[in-house]
This record gives sequence, structure tokens and C-alpha cells, in this order.
Amino acid sequence: MDKIKIKKGLDIHLEGTPSNEMECFEPTLCAIKPLDFIGISPKMHVIEGDEVQIGSALFHDKNNERILFTSPVSGKVKAIVRGEKRAILRVVIENDFKNESIDFGAANPNTLSRNELIDKMLRSGVWPMLRQRPFATIANPNDAPKHIFVSMFDTAPLAIDNDYIIENQFDAIKTGLQVLSRFTDGKVYMGIRHNSLICKELSNQVGNDDIIAVEFDGKHPAGNIGTQINAISPINKGEVVWYCYPCDVMTIGKLFLTGKYDSTRIIATSGSAIRNPHYYTTKIGADISPILNVDENSRIISGNVLTGSNITDDRFLGYHDSQVTVIPEGDKYKLFGWIRPVFKRFTDTNTHGDTRPYIMTGKFEKVFPFDIYPMQLIKACLIKDIDQMEELGIYEIDAEDFALCEVIDPSKTPIQQIIREGLEFIRKETN
Amino acid sequence: MGLRNYIDKIKPNFETGGKYARFHSTFEAFETFLYTPDKVTTSGSHIRDTVDMKRNLITVVIALIPCFLFGTWNIGYQHFLSYGESVTFWHTFGYGLLKIIPLYLVSYIVGLTIEFVFAEIRHEDVNEGYFVTGFLIPLIMPVEVPLWMLALAVAFAVIIGKEVFGGSGMNVVNPALLARAFLFFSYPSKMTGDSVWIADKADAYTGATPLGTILNGGGVNELPSLTDMFVGTIPGSIGETSKIAILIGGIILIINGLASCRIVVSTFLGAISMALVFNVPICQHLLMGGFMFGTFFMATDPVTAAQTNPGKWIYGFLIGAIVMLIRVANPGYPEGMMLSILLMNIFAPLIDWCVVALNIRRRKKRWAAAERRSK
Repeated sequence: MDKIKIKKGLDIHLEGTPSNEMECFEPTLCAIKPLDFIGISPKMHVIEGDEVQIGSALFHDKNNERILFTSPVSGKVKAIVRGEKRAILRVVIENDFKNESIDFGAANPNTLSRNELIDKMLRSGVWPMLRQRPFATIANPNDAPKHIFVSMFDTAPLAIDNDYIIENQFDAIKTGLQVLSRFTDGKVYMGIRHNSLICKELSNQVGNDDIIAVEFDGKHPAGNIGTQINAISPINKGEVVWYCYPCDVMTIGKLFLTGKYDSTRIIATSGSAIRNPHYYTTKIGADISPILNVDENSRIISGNVLTGSNITDDRFLGYHDSQVTVIPEGDKYKLFGWIRPVFKRFTDTNTHGDTRPYIMTGKFEKVFPFDIYPMQLIKACLIKDIDQMEELGIYEIDAEDFALCEVIDPSKTPIQQIIREGLEFIRKETN
Repeated sequence: MGLRNYIDKIKPNFETGGKYARFHSTFEAFETFLYTPDKVTTSGSHIRDTVDMKRNLITVVIALIPCFLFGTWNIGYQHFLSYGESVTFWHTFGYGLLKIIPLYLVSYIVGLTIEFVFAEIRHEDVNEGYFVTGFLIPLIMPVEVPLWMLALAVAFAVIIGKEVFGGSGMNVVNPALLARAFLFFSYPSKMTGDSVWIADKADAYTGATPLGTILNGGGVNELPSLTDMFVGTIPGSIGETSKIAILIGGIILIINGLASCRIVVSTFLGAISMALVFNVPICQHLLMGGFMFGTFFMATDPVTAAQTNPGKWIYGFLIGAIVMLIRVANPGYPEGMMLSILLMNIFAPLIDWCVVALNIRRRKKRWAAAERRSK
């Protein structure tokens, strides 16, 4: 097994690591948020008041009608919430707790053709779990990806321990990986933590010429999909790879084992502003307000503190997220805060300073494990020069790969947003 | 808190539409000097490091304090030495303070006024960059520099060196060195020679710097001892004489990641290699003049140095090599550090361009190989 050591990076230690305690939480409300997916425009299939089952289509993407987004629970469409310019913010389903599912038919993936596999995933609404690089959009079922990558571990602050899912859903994950291996002429690469016994066991059982495990060791972002893709096989101009995570592989596997869309999601609550952080078994898009016993004036984040989204107002779990982090807001003035000694680097959401021009150099390189010059690429994105962005390696990265740069940036610039806008600019110009 | 309430009360006057909206940047600068803002993250990562530009730059100023303190004492020491008098430590230090404070007042009043005016014109926040530049400028001047000349140099450096390019972070050459270069070429008699390095020097005393001695054909045995040059009890620009103080500051900078050790190490390597080529005494050259001060505090300025890691090695090595070239091969200028750094400041973008071009070429080769494979 190949072993890759990621030498650059930064482990951010925050308070509020989740304990191993597991609780079942069946949500009353669930929501699917179109904004969780980059570049889709939803076309509704349901109206408020419609009855839905697990797996009933809620909406599809106007750019590709085959990509359906389906209901994670059975019940009634409670609300279609719209924001500015009538953009759909979320489709809220009220759970009737009957768990009625549409049966898409269990099948051995080896007996189905590639098209039948894709079709089953599209119809059941599992497909949007597969994303592509570059651009981090939903995988296009018509593409033939160079490889498919699955990161089996997460190194982000307070992240969930995926080994728990893999151990408990071993068969589903095995099946899921076999399905994935049918989608590419290349390989399915599993990035596994160097000391994970369960992942090595998985690799022994499913590993073959098409499904290859690669061990990773090192600080965050060693568990990021972007880091692993770059270490194994960087994306060249014109190439597309697909990627997903263990919870997605599990759902794909279960679709073929049971014939049903299983929207179960194992999540962890974490962070210093939530009491008794621990694991929950819940549903994709769950309204998590009942399980959040949080301090006043705190920020609720779906995902981790580096890349997650602020859900303080709506409190619905993001589609791709398996973690909720709650940290205190930092909206306080500090007398002479810029010269006070610092004992804890990372505690709250304060920016600890104002935006300034880029002055320091060499800092990003210490946390950025790519053969790319980060500052130069950021500047190319700022001036929207497509040629320069391509030459400097924009296809090899995504906004989340710059999260650590953004955190340590003494100039306090919105780097992830700059990179995202650069990527979106190219995506729109080249389509 | 009383002060906070007072600031919140007067704040609306300085915002758009307020009575003093014109002074928004100035107000903002003073407010954020007193209090770090209550701003929270709105996009991307939800947490940010506690280090910001203010903290970075104040650390550089702190690193310069040993040089400032020793330089102040040395002004007094050299003065009384030239008269052969021996006075108490506080008398010596006090004399130095009286000489150095006017330099600092001029440097900060002129420099900051220009910075504030430009910030107001541009409707931008006042950048903290000048706190470091303004602290550096007196330290690289001879103590006898006339105040009007200093004021002129500061104005030139800030306006032509920095603001015309867009302010902090956009400048091509180091503004502090530009101030020195401006005076060096405009008023050479006040910037070189034997009379400018000691305050109110006794006429009979020579007062030559070690580099001056060498330029005038003096041999190695006419130089002060290595110990004196290392401790700093020699004439020279105010902050450059004590290598102990410089090393303390340099270590503070390197530990805090503010000076690149790539640049420091490669500058030393460049100087040593060139000294070997010319067969000149290495230790003396490393301890003479502004070499050490320039290496730790000027060459490492992140804005004007090479920005890529491989580029930093090349940049530093060339600075070291060119210093020796100027010192040894040039009959006109005793000191090469300032000119060498300014020259490499100009070439730093080119070095970076080449380093990045190599990265791009590697990537394009990989693209081409992938295309061949897919055919």
C-alpha cells in the first residue's frame, strides 16, 4: 500500500471534542437547500402541502433534468422558502414518522450495466452526493471521470471519526465502492488514515486493481479530498475527477443492498458553545434545533469551522455535512487587543483585525501542501485572468483547500470567496 | 467602560453623512489603535488567527528596540569619547536621547501626516506600515543629519517610494532605504565622511567608521577590534553598530516568522562566498557597516523581497554578493548594503517571475503528457 506523508499543514485544536456517546434523533422537519450545491438552478416538482415519501423527487436541476433531489423523510411539503429574487432557499418537509420509502429495487451492482447503475442513483436522488473537481459541482452523469476519490478520514477541527461509520456500515460501504468502480476507466482511490485498522481491513476485502487504498499521514489538510487528489494524481486541464465521502458511499451502497434511499446521516455536535457534544444518528437536512443546547450569542455552523456554513438562523443541517460546530460569536471590542499577549489562538468568530493589503509572504506556503504558489493564484483570481489562473493550477484546487490560508492570513482577506469567484468565473466563461 | 462609551457616542459623527465624515480614516485609525474591532467573520472560515498586520508590525518595532536603546547610548558614548571625557551611564544615555528624539519626532510627524492625508483622500483605512518605516529611518541615519533633510527624505520616501504605487504592500523598493538613498545622493557631504557619525565631535578626533577607514586605504590592523565591532562601541549609523542588539532583534523576527531565515542565511552565504573570491577578511566585513542591520531588518522586508521560497534564496545570495562587490571593487562608496538591497528590490519581481514560470512549465509538461496518454 502506498503511504504518503503530508508535510505542510496545521492542526487547529478547538475546545468541545464530541464524546463517543451515540443518540438517535428523528427530526420533525427536514430541508433540502439548493444553495448547498454549486451551480444548480432548481425546478420544483412539488408544491406546498404535497405528500411525499422517502425518495420522492422535490426538484431537479434545470441544467440537467436527470439530476433529481429527493425527500429524505416521508410526510408533507411544509414550505418552499424563497429569498431575494425568488431564489429557492430551502424546501422544508414535515416528517410523519412513517418512514414510507419508494422502492427503487435492490440489485447486485455487478449484474447491472453502467447506465443502469447511474439511472438508479439518479432516480433515487443519491446522485448529488457525487461531486466533481474542478469546480466542486455535482458530477455530470455523461462524463467519464479520470479517477474517483474517496477520503475515508477527516482532519478538520473537531471532525467526526469516520471509522465509526465504516465499522458499522461495512457491507454498505463495500457495495458502494464496487458501484463507484464501475463509473471510471481509471481507479477508485480511497485515502485512508495511516493508523486506521478498519480501513486497512476494508482495503483487504475490496482492494483490487480498480479500488486502491492509499495511506495518508500528516496534519490537516491531509484528510481533504483536494490534498489527496494532488498527492495521487493532480488534475490536468480538461480532466475531470469525481469524489465523495464515506457517508455518501454508505448511502450508495444501501441503495443497491435494500433498493431504498436511506437518508440516515451520522453527525457529531461539537464546539465550545454547546453542552455535551456527542454523536447522533439523524437524517440528511435535519432541523437540529431540538438537540442544540447552546450558549447565548453563539454561531451554529453546519460543517467544520473552516468551510462550514452559518446556520444560526435556519438550523437545518447542510446536505453534505456530518458535523455541527457551535462556537461563541466574537463581536466584542478589545482594549489594545493588537498588542495583548495571546494564550489561545482560536476561540471565537472575531476577525482579530481589519482587512489590509497583502504584505507578509511565505506564510501560506507553510499550510498549503500543493505544488502551487498560493499568493500568485489568489492574485490571478482577483484580477480574473483565466490564462494565469489555469497556468497557476486553479484546476487542481477548490476554495476549501485555501481555508487554512484564510485562517492564518494576517491581512484578513476573504480568500475562499476569492478562489470560489475565480472558479465560478472560469466555469461560466468556459461553458 | 467609559472610554468605549465615549467612542461609540462620537463615532456617528465620523461616518458617512456625519459632521466629520472627512476624517473617517483618521478616526478609524485611532479607534482601532485603542480597541481591536468587534468585527466577526462573514464568509469562508469562521475563525481567524489572532495575528493581524498591527500585531506583526508592532513585533518588528519591538525587535528594533534593542538597536534603538544601544544606538541611543552609543550616541552619547561616542560624543564623550571624542572629548576624552568619561561620564555616568545615565548621562551618556540622556545625551543620546536628546539627540535621537528630534529625529523620531520629525520622522513620525512628517511620515504619518502624509499617510493620514493619503488615506483620507483614498477613503481607505490608515495602514500601519509606517510605524515600522518611521522607526527604521532614524536608525539608519548618521546622528548629525539635519532635521530639514530628514523631513525631506521622509516625505520623498513615503510619497514617491510608497504612496504613488498605492500604499503599503504595493511599493517596489524599501521606503526606509529609499529615504537614506535620497539623502546619500542629494547631500553626500552630510551622509558620508568622518564628521557626520559622532554628535558634536571634537575636531581633533578622527571619527571614521571602519568602512571609511578601509576606503581611505587603511589596513585591517587600523580597524577597531572585532569585539568592539560586535558589541557596537564604534561610530556608524545610529542603529547599525551593535551586532548583539541586531541579533536579538533578528531572532525575535525569525521566531515570529516576520523575517525569512532563507533570506538571512542566503545573504550571509552570498557575502561569505564573495569575500572568499576577493580574499578579504570575512569576519570584519560581516561586522562592518550596515551589513547585519540590512540583512535582518531591510533585506527581509516581505513587500520588497522576493516572495517565492526559491526566489528568496537567490535574492538573499545576490544581496550578499553585491555588497562585497561594491565594498571591494568600487572606489567611490564606502558602504554597499543600501545600494545592494535597493538593486535587488528592483530585481525581486523578476526573480519571482522566473520561479513561477518554472512551476508553470512543469504543470504544462504534465498537461501535455496527460494529453499524449489519452490519445
